[in-house]
Amino acid sequence: MQINRRTALLGAAAIGVAGTRHARAAKNYGPGVTDTEIKIGQTMPYSGNASAYGVAGRTQAAFFRMINDQGGINGRKINFISLDDGYSPPKTVELTRQLVERDQVLLMFYSLGTQTNTAIHKYMNQKKVPQLFVATGASKWGNPKAYPWTMGWSPDYHTEGAIHARAILEAVPDAKIGILRQNDDMGNDYLDGIKEGLGADGWKRVVADATYEVTDPTVDSQILQLRNAGVNAFLNVSTPKFAAQAIKKAAEIGWKPKHHLMSVSASVGAVLRPAGFENAQGIVTAQYAKDVSDPAWANAPDYKEWKAFMDKWNPTINPFEGSSVTGYASAVTLVHVLTQCGDDLTRENVMKQAASMHQLAIPMLLPGIKLNTSPTDYYPIQSVQLARFETDHWVLFGELQSRDVA
Amino acid sequence: MAAIGSMTASANGWAMKRGFGPVAILFWILLALLPMLELVTDDPSFDYYMFMGQSMLIYAIAVLGLNLLIGFNGQISLGHSAFFALGAYTAAIMMTFAGWPFWATLPIAAAVCFGAGFLFGFPALKLEGHYLALATFTLAIAVPQLLKYKPIAPWTGGVGGVLLEKPEPPEWLGLSVDQYLYYLCLIVAMLMFWLVFNLLRSRSGLAMMAIRDHTMAAGTMGVDTSMYKTVTFGISAAITGVAGSLSAITIAYVAPDSFTLQLAISFLVGLVVGGLASLPGCLIGGAFIVLVQNSAQSISDWMKTSFALRYDVPAWAIYGVLLLLLMYVMPTGVMGGITVLRHKIAGRRSTRVNAPSPTVVRPGKTAGETTPAA
Repeated sequence: MQINRRTALLGAAAIGVAGTRHARAAKNYGPGVTDTEIKIGQTMPYSGNASAYGVAGRTQAAFFRMINDQGGINGRKINFISLDDGYSPPKTVELTRQLVERDQVLLMFYSLGTQTNTAIHKYMNQKKVPQLFVATGASKWGNPKAYPWTMGWSPDYHTEGAIHARAILEAVPDAKIGILRQNDDMGNDYLDGIKEGLGADGWKRVVADATYEVTDPTVDSQILQLRNAGVNAFLNVSTPKFAAQAIKKAAEIGWKPKHHLMSVSASVGAVLRPAGFENAQGIVTAQYAKDVSDPAWANAPDYKEWKAFMDKWNPTINPFEGSSVTGYASAVTLVHVLTQCGDDLTRENVMKQAASMHQLAIPMLLPGIKLNTSPTDYYPIQSVQLARFETDHWVLFGELQSRDVA
Repeated sequence: MAAIGSMTASANGWAMKRGFGPVAILFWILLALLPMLELVTDDPSFDYYMFMGQSMLIYAIAVLGLNLLIGFNGQISLGHSAFFALGAYTAAIMMTFAGWPFWATLPIAAAVCFGAGFLFGFPALKLEGHYLALATFTLAIAVPQLLKYKPIAPWTGGVGGVLLEKPEPPEWLGLSVDQYLYYLCLIVAMLMFWLVFNLLRSRSGLAMMAIRDHTMAAGTMGVDTSMYKTVTFGISAAITGVAGSLSAITIAYVAPDSFTLQLAISFLVGLVVGGLASLPGCLIGGAFIVLVQNSAQSISDWMKTSFALRYDVPAWAIYGVLLLLLMYVMPTGVMGGITVLRHKIAGRRSTRVNAPSPTVVRPGKTAGETTPAA
């Protein structure tokens, strides 16, 4: 009896110890996390040259307000601090340090800009603070070996370049390929992808590789150069202003190659309308998110949900501004990662969960696009679908295309 | 003209008599002791405050350069962000491609910017007042674009800029990186203020100020006005360039988007807020540039949450209101305001002969009034 009692007591004590241990293991908090709150930081250009992108940050703030109103993530409200860096790298450094060191955020989310993120890249990795889902298409963000705390989100330029290159080889059997590209990091990223997509044999079909500077007034002479080289398959790696010029000039001189336009310049409002819809018919681009001006999505459940969110929580933003879709979809991705973390909200676990997305479908991305990451694959979205410009909007065609990083 | 004369004269008096007197020395010692606060605080964001301190000192040096030109010599520049950029890129390129230690880049940056400022000063000599302002304005516009220019892109890194290594403090110092860099900025700042202080007390300094107050009279007195103006432009550019290279070292990254026209304007704002022709005013201006933008955003957030507004209150509008209020309360800048206050207190006892009128300079008129009457 005594033995029994002692065993029982021991057992109870053991359970008690195990219980507290379990509780401790279950509730593991990094900086910025309490039982009721998760603090998240962001820098965003709300003022300055790139202020149009600020729509993404405002949409995310509205989305987190909605999540908090619905009870938060595992009972914790999101405290989202999004600061204006005016697209200036020194300001980004200052604000990021303020968020990380003074405000003690758990992580930085969807900070926007290639230069601005470059300025804090090293700092974030030295401090071991997640620099999650950076809003830039540069390919350098998916490098877990050297920078295990930084992860991109959207398809990177390299991936997209490779997919366009493969598509143009398929579509034009006797292709004489011409490339127009901006001479900077973005242009080089695309070029590397195009080289990979074409392969060594395909690269021999490139008859002209014309570059321009972002400071150039026009690309007219480059377009003439491409036409004179006999190009019949045109990879257009230019930014919006130059893309519009290129489309217009090609129509003026009656040059009609197979025309692939990179997604950075696929905006109907900013590029195709100024270039003239009649000049843009048949141009091909690549998409990963739903184009909300496309009537095909009007009855999709995720579109309706997004529209309801925009109407109720984000009424001051024009829903047709593209960044409201990507801002929404990336915020959903973050909420997924934080939900997966459960009560283990350390910076290490955030990166671990972010790097273990498996076939994850996110609303407002194209049907069939799945997010996949692993400790060696820091590129969440790697699929795009080609779309052709018809009358006044993009029409999707073909299958989803992916490039997988080993 | 007479208005700015009386205003700057009183501020000068303060700077000249007290600039490096006991008060100033005490103040610099206090700045030097700030990093020691770490011993008595366990604030985890201490390094962040040290970083803020670096930024304030760097902007203070840049404002000092601009003040020498505008406040003490009566020339206007809207393009000092260009010299800041030139200094930053000089440091970045020398550290990256020539492997120079960070401290050795500072004198080179100063020399390069002096040369650039001097050369720019030559044609600019033909221009005065608004016209010079416009000419320097083009510098501020052109430089971020020129940095992306293809033939020099191998060195400037084009749009992508240049990433640098942050200097590591020697171990025996026992300082964190941010404390170390704070001391670097502080020592350079002290050196620059000391140089300018001595320059202004010398005959050359008197000549600079004589040109500001009445160019023609200064010429009649035998001052080589064009030479002095060009050299002042060069020295001003050199000081701002040193600030630029410090900024490159502390941020460890340079990119064209860091040096926009807005930076040049913020120097000007810092200068006017601190007080034209006042050396302590430069430090206040530097602090203002760093702090007030951030407070504007905090106020904006606070207004949105506490009044449950549907729309964001634009932070830059709040910044504008703050600036207007400050200019209304202290039209001659913070240091000018302090001087006025001192005179008011003293004026109870003595006659008010020396007290400047607090309404002498209105922001909109400064540019015109600084132009020496030819």
